[in-house]
Amino acid sequence: MKRLGNPVALGVLVVAVIAAPFLFSNYRTYQLAFVGLYLVALLGLDILTGFTGQISLGHGAFMGIGAYTTTILVVDHGVRDLWTIPLGGLIAGVIGLAFGIPATRFAGPYLALATFAIPLAFIGLLKRFPHFTGGNVGKNLPQLKAEFGWHTSPSIWFYVVCWTVALVMLPLAFFIVRGRFGRAMRSVRDSEIAATANGISTAGVKTLAFGISAFYCGVAGSLYGIGITYVNPDTFPIDLSILLLVGIVLGGAGSLYGMLFGALFVEFIRISWGPALLNLFSKVHHIDTHAPGSGLVVYGVVLLLVLYAAPSGAAGLARFSFGSKTRIIRPRHPPGPPAKGENA
Amino acid sequence: MPALLELSDVTARYGQVVALHGVSLTVADGEIVALLGANGAGKTTTLRAVSGTVRRTGDIVLGGKRLGRATPEAVARSGVAHVPEGRGIFAELTVWENMRMGGYTVRRPDFATVLGYFPWLQERRNQQAGTLSGGEQQMLALARAFLSRPRLLMLDEPSLGLAPIITREVFRVVTELNQKEGLAVLVVEQNAAVALAAAQRGYVLETGRVAVSGSAGELKSDDAVRTAYLGY
Amino acid sequence: MQTFFQTLTTGLADGSIYGSLALALVLIYKATEVINFAQGEMAMFTTYIAWALMGHGSSFEWWAFFATLGIAFVGGAALQQTVIRPLERASVLTAVMATIALLVILNGLAAWIWSPQLQFFPSPFPTSSWVIGGVHISKQDVGTFGVVMACVLVLWLFFRFTKLGLAMRAGALNPSAARLMGVRASWLLALGWGFAAALGAVSGMMVAPTVFLTPNMMQAVLIYAFAAAILGGLESPVGAIAGGLSLGVLLNMLGQYVHPVTSELQLPVALAILLVVLLIKPAGLFGRVVVKRV
Repeated sequence: MKRLGNPVALGVLVVAVIAAPFLFSNYRTYQLAFVGLYLVALLGLDILTGFTGQISLGHGAFMGIGAYTTTILVVDHGVRDLWTIPLGGLIAGVIGLAFGIPATRFAGPYLALATFAIPLAFIGLLKRFPHFTGGNVGKNLPQLKAEFGWHTSPSIWFYVVCWTVALVMLPLAFFIVRGRFGRAMRSVRDSEIAATANGISTAGVKTLAFGISAFYCGVAGSLYGIGITYVNPDTFPIDLSILLLVGIVLGGAGSLYGMLFGALFVEFIRISWGPALLNLFSKVHHIDTHAPGSGLVVYGVVLLLVLYAAPSGAAGLARFSFGSKTRIIRPRHPPGPPAKGENA
Repeated sequence: MPALLELSDVTARYGQVVALHGVSLTVADGEIVALLGANGAGKTTTLRAVSGTVRRTGDIVLGGKRLGRATPEAVARSGVAHVPEGRGIFAELTVWENMRMGGYTVRRPDFATVLGYFPWLQERRNQQAGTLSGGEQQMLALARAFLSRPRLLMLDEPSLGLAPIITREVFRVVTELNQKEGLAVLVVEQNAAVALAAAQRGYVLETGRVAVSGSAGELKSDDAVRTAYLGY
Repeated sequence: MQTFFQTLTTGLADGSIYGSLALALVLIYKATEVINFAQGEMAMFTTYIAWALMGHGSSFEWWAFFATLGIAFVGGAALQQTVIRPLERASVLTAVMATIALLVILNGLAAWIWSPQLQFFPSPFPTSSWVIGGVHISKQDVGTFGVVMACVLVLWLFFRFTKLGLAMRAGALNPSAARLMGVRASWLLALGWGFAAALGAVSGMMVAPTVFLTPNMMQAVLIYAFAAAILGGLESPVGAIAGGLSLGVLLNMLGQYVHPVTSELQLPVALAILLVVLLIKPAGLFGRVVVKRV
């Protein structure tokens, strides 16, 4: 059972998830639904970046693939929206695998650039084939209606769908990272040379990690499309990919429960916390809080401060307070004992 | 005569692994001291402790001044030239550029004197340093170190990868620099025989501690020491 | 034939701008193994400063150009010492995030201080052309190419012939050995960032007349610069310039002669080409494949 994550923590989470709609307004519940879907996306990216050590700047595009798959299937082909969620994930996953095959030949910054290209290419392709994708105008989705005999508001139903998916994908993520494959991923992250020496196919591991992470983001993207009932090429810009990366860093790359914090951050920072922080600040020092760009500055400064104070994210802080000595992200170039025969 | 270099109870660690468990040694002005021992005994770590490239506790005093938390750059500028394992040559720069780097901290590097000891460097000025043979690279590293006008020269395994005849030549130059220029030398070696032939005193390290110390003659002639620690 | 030469010169001019920013990226990468994602925004920000110095874009002033280079240099060095240095020991991911944070801050700050409105940035060169044998050669293209290459040349001379330049090269090759020679590694990193920022400023000031000054103006240029840097092999300054020039020419030629390549596809096509090149030569055209001894 440990293989699926700490049961107590999971239990607490389930209780919190069930309780929330009763405690919060419809709108807040709608926002918390997005937290759920961001959790799925971040779990996916964490598997690739936190556990396998491959930095991707393009996973927002996989969300886009999921969203567009769902939209096209629902609007043009009349498929029931719920069924499109795993399909969106699957298609994104396959594309992720396909991308992973050549991409694993790149390392470090080369890979980062290659992944940077994905959202850009995606947006370009969306605009180039408007007949299929609705081009610049995009497509509208019908709003999700409650199923299975429930009579609740669309917001609450959406919340239920998102969190049901999230609460399935989370133990699945634990299952993946705690098994043999998880060990292989971590050894690729920590030392590719050692991993290869141990008979692990690093290219295979990386490719599979790409596929899995793309699958997760595809599922999250499907949910996202259903949630905002509208997609167009501007819905999934590079900013989103960067925001996902920020989310996993703040949550603690390499920690799965940390992604919960990351998801909360991703959903709320732009809307609520940014302006709230600014308001606080303006009480001390008069600034025009509606000025364009001011929000971005706050966002960036907060990010920097968190990087200094807690480089291992929220999960790192939690571990630190509870006394664990394990480090989540390995530092670069730790000084090591001298190696014999090393040439300058 | 006060020591030029004095280590007192120095410990050093790599992460959780403790490499030195309280090492004490001295090097006097104009002396050649050999630091011997098996693989992993902590010889290289001792040099790194002096040059500040590994974190350590304990006292290190150079020429009367304590090297507290000094950075490697600062230690180098205090007159310590550390030729690391593998020689630390800038392979993609030319021989001449390597030498210029040697004289980096000196206002008027004395190229003439150095070329006196290593005349062949002059004709190889523009050769890429990485294409030199092992022995030539070692000589270049020595020349470079000497250009910085050090008080103490620290050599880490100069014989590594070199044929015996080249090794002898390297030690001949080191001895010459020591005798003619008064340069103190702390040399780490696995090849104890050649090191003790050049040195006045020696220390033998074993798992991060000084096991035996004495004059070179004592160490060479003590059979127990030789077989147990020096392997011959 | 005439179109060919016109496209070529425009390609070289564009390419020099990409190459300059690519060189900035390579400088920092060589020294620190960090990709500075904020390079484009730093360039944009310093271009705004130049604009302000020039009286909000009335006419180009050379003194303001040089002053901006100086300001960029100091600013870049300062950023490295304050923002980046504390994170030197951190993981690659943290360093990448720090540069991204910087990107966000600079973008927001520019919009905040100068408003996101499109501004006009003057060009030092007249918009007319020389006509040689029926071919129109834009003076602006030639001028841009000349200015960028002159700055690159000056930088090259610095690295080749000065003590400090040598120390920086040595420090990039083997930082620990350089420190043992008494080189203050930290200052050199600051210098590297300073030069990179100055190169970025040149890029920004040369591209601004064409794309107009806005906070987002350097984002596309940054992507092309990345592609150019990687095309040339991330560790090679020569490669960065060559990569930039090749990319500029290639993109212009593609846009001119290959009709399915519409402007929306230009960027994806460029990146596709880059990926293909990397599959054949994983370390870029001029890079060396590092063989790790296990």
